[in-house]
Amino acid sequence: MQKIIEASDINMSFGDVKALRNISFDVNESDIFGFIGPDGAGKTTLFRIIATLLIPDEGELKVLGLDSVSDYKELRKNIGYMPGRFSLYQDLSVEENLNFYATVFGTTVSENYDLIAEIYSHIEPFKKRLAGKLSGGMKQKLALSCALIHKPKLLILDEPTTGVDAVSRVEFWEMLRKLKEYNITIIVSTPYMDEAMRCNRVALIQNGSILSIDDPQKIKEGFSRKLFSVRAPEKFKLINVLRDYPGIVTAYPFGDSVHITFHTDKLDMTLYDHLKKSGIENAVITETDPGIEDRFLELMLNE
Amino acid sequence: MKRFLGFVKKEFLHIFRDFRTLIIIFLIPAAEILLFGFIVTTDLRNANIGILDLSHDEITRQLSDKICSSGFFIKSEDLLNYSEIDRELRKNKIKAVVIFENGFGRKLISEGKAVMNIIADGSEPNMASLVTNYITAITADFNSGLIQKPGSGNILVRSEVRMFYNPSLKGHFMFVPGVITIIMTLVCALMTSITITREKEYGTMEVLLVSPLKPVQIIVGKVIPYFILSIADAILILILSWFVFGLPVKGSIILLLAELMLYILMSLSVGIMISTVSKTMQQAIFITLVGLLLPTILLSGFIFPLENMPLGYEWFSMLFPPRYFITVIKNIMIKGTGLLYVWKETLILIFFTAVSIWFSIRNFRIRLN
Repeated sequence: MQKIIEASDINMSFGDVKALRNISFDVNESDIFGFIGPDGAGKTTLFRIIATLLIPDEGELKVLGLDSVSDYKELRKNIGYMPGRFSLYQDLSVEENLNFYATVFGTTVSENYDLIAEIYSHIEPFKKRLAGKLSGGMKQKLALSCALIHKPKLLILDEPTTGVDAVSRVEFWEMLRKLKEYNITIIVSTPYMDEAMRCNRVALIQNGSILSIDDPQKIKEGFSRKLFSVRAPEKFKLINVLRDYPGIVTAYPFGDSVHITFHTDKLDMTLYDHLKKSGIENAVITETDPGIEDRFLELMLNE
Repeated sequence: MKRFLGFVKKEFLHIFRDFRTLIIIFLIPAAEILLFGFIVTTDLRNANIGILDLSHDEITRQLSDKICSSGFFIKSEDLLNYSEIDRELRKNKIKAVVIFENGFGRKLISEGKAVMNIIADGSEPNMASLVTNYITAITADFNSGLIQKPGSGNILVRSEVRMFYNPSLKGHFMFVPGVITIIMTLVCALMTSITITREKEYGTMEVLLVSPLKPVQIIVGKVIPYFILSIADAILILILSWFVFGLPVKGSIILLLAELMLYILMSLSVGIMISTVSKTMQQAIFITLVGLLLPTILLSGFIFPLENMPLGYEWFSMLFPPRYFITVIKNIMIKGTGLLYVWKETLILIFFTAVSIWFSIRNFRIRLN
């Protein structure tokens, strides 16, 4: 299988701030490769480097077999880039934006219409509307259409689902999945751990370093302890009580519950008494499967 | 090429979408022409003055009538004594007081000279010097009339002044070239510097950079719409000043338009140069206003004559292109001279254009950071 991106030991600093440290990874053809990490982890910097917008201080990066620094002109013809911030012309209409990006990339909307048809059909009824007046989800669809209109070989999506409602997020990932049919490789970043499962490979990134790269399923399986979930009405109080309990290694909030691990890797029944004594009634503790987020927190702790 | 045309089309869309800016571009010149023409006039008309006549004779009456019937002055106050002068000036009703000494007419006839005082309000220096100049001129005229009367001696030399190119010294001959220069600087430099930094600020530059568009295409594509707009604007100003003030273009219109295009091109390239060094629109506006518009107004000879400046300032003003352009269009429009007389300034403008284009292309970042 052809390697679409080969990165080795990329380092980048802005003044005293180290944005990226020894980043190495490969992306295969037709991958949906996700970079998962919190804000400030270095995702945007890395994506800008891949999009030829920044030159790394150190390291080598080959994109589509081309050197990202010296062959940037050739590379720019073959990548579609969607920055994290909505970067279309707000004072132009939906249609005008799409036509503009099509002409700039030397193509026409009709030529590659089949590629964007499904995405664009959602916003086509509003094609006369100014882009600035679209809702968040529609803006993202338009931006994706614009980034795709020249049928790039590599699609770079920097946090495409940030600030988008839950329904649109699901739709968005569904669209990305369908793009595989067109042999378009996608790298995508997101701060949402639950979206990792929709990629076929993910890199967990934190403080400019990659913690782990693997199949998302394998990443989950890398979790080394037994995980338990605790539910109780007062979550905030619950966390503090749990963290005070000596038998517990970690306690992190997760949705409406708290995920905990024990030193013994077994459910410690005396915990119930401890909770009751601390004024927490009706706590339910069950064993649960670790998610990407649990593994991420575990890796962070080991750093 | 198709890419490039697509880009130009997009720029036009931006401009026509932003209706307010469009109105400003075309209304500012009209408003400024009319403002300068009718309000900020340096011509004196119907200025109020007071007269303190301590002599009250035939001659003082004749002279004060002559002053007040000239159309430049209106006698609004007849003062009775010196102490009133200060009071009336402070009231701000009158611009100056003319004082005829006691026994003015008698002294003039018997001794051949008499003293007339003009006290002007120095808190408005321009007005004060205008008023005193006009009154002095009227008095001189009156003098020569007296002298030429039979039997009152004779005077041999009379100077007759004639103003070439602008016989009645009309102010708008002066400010129309100035306004054209300011408007061109404003529209060209400010608008272009904003339009590129806007792409940076809104993040669209990021996407433009990751496209096959070449820097030259982006820059030229930005320039063309404003170039067309500015030429339309310049022609509008010329037509307006011709209809409203009857300001003629004495020289070749073709040459005038060619010089205009050169100056527009220069301002555009300066605007782009500014946009390549500024990160935000505010920064671009600030640099343009302070670095370009102020020198255009202050150091171009538009309002303050360059010759009157301290030497250092005059040299400093040479760094700013507007002064050369004002010289050029004044020469062409008012004096009707040809290229032969303005080639030096033209070359300097070409030089400025070349430098800023070179600087912009060198400075245009094909990447972020």
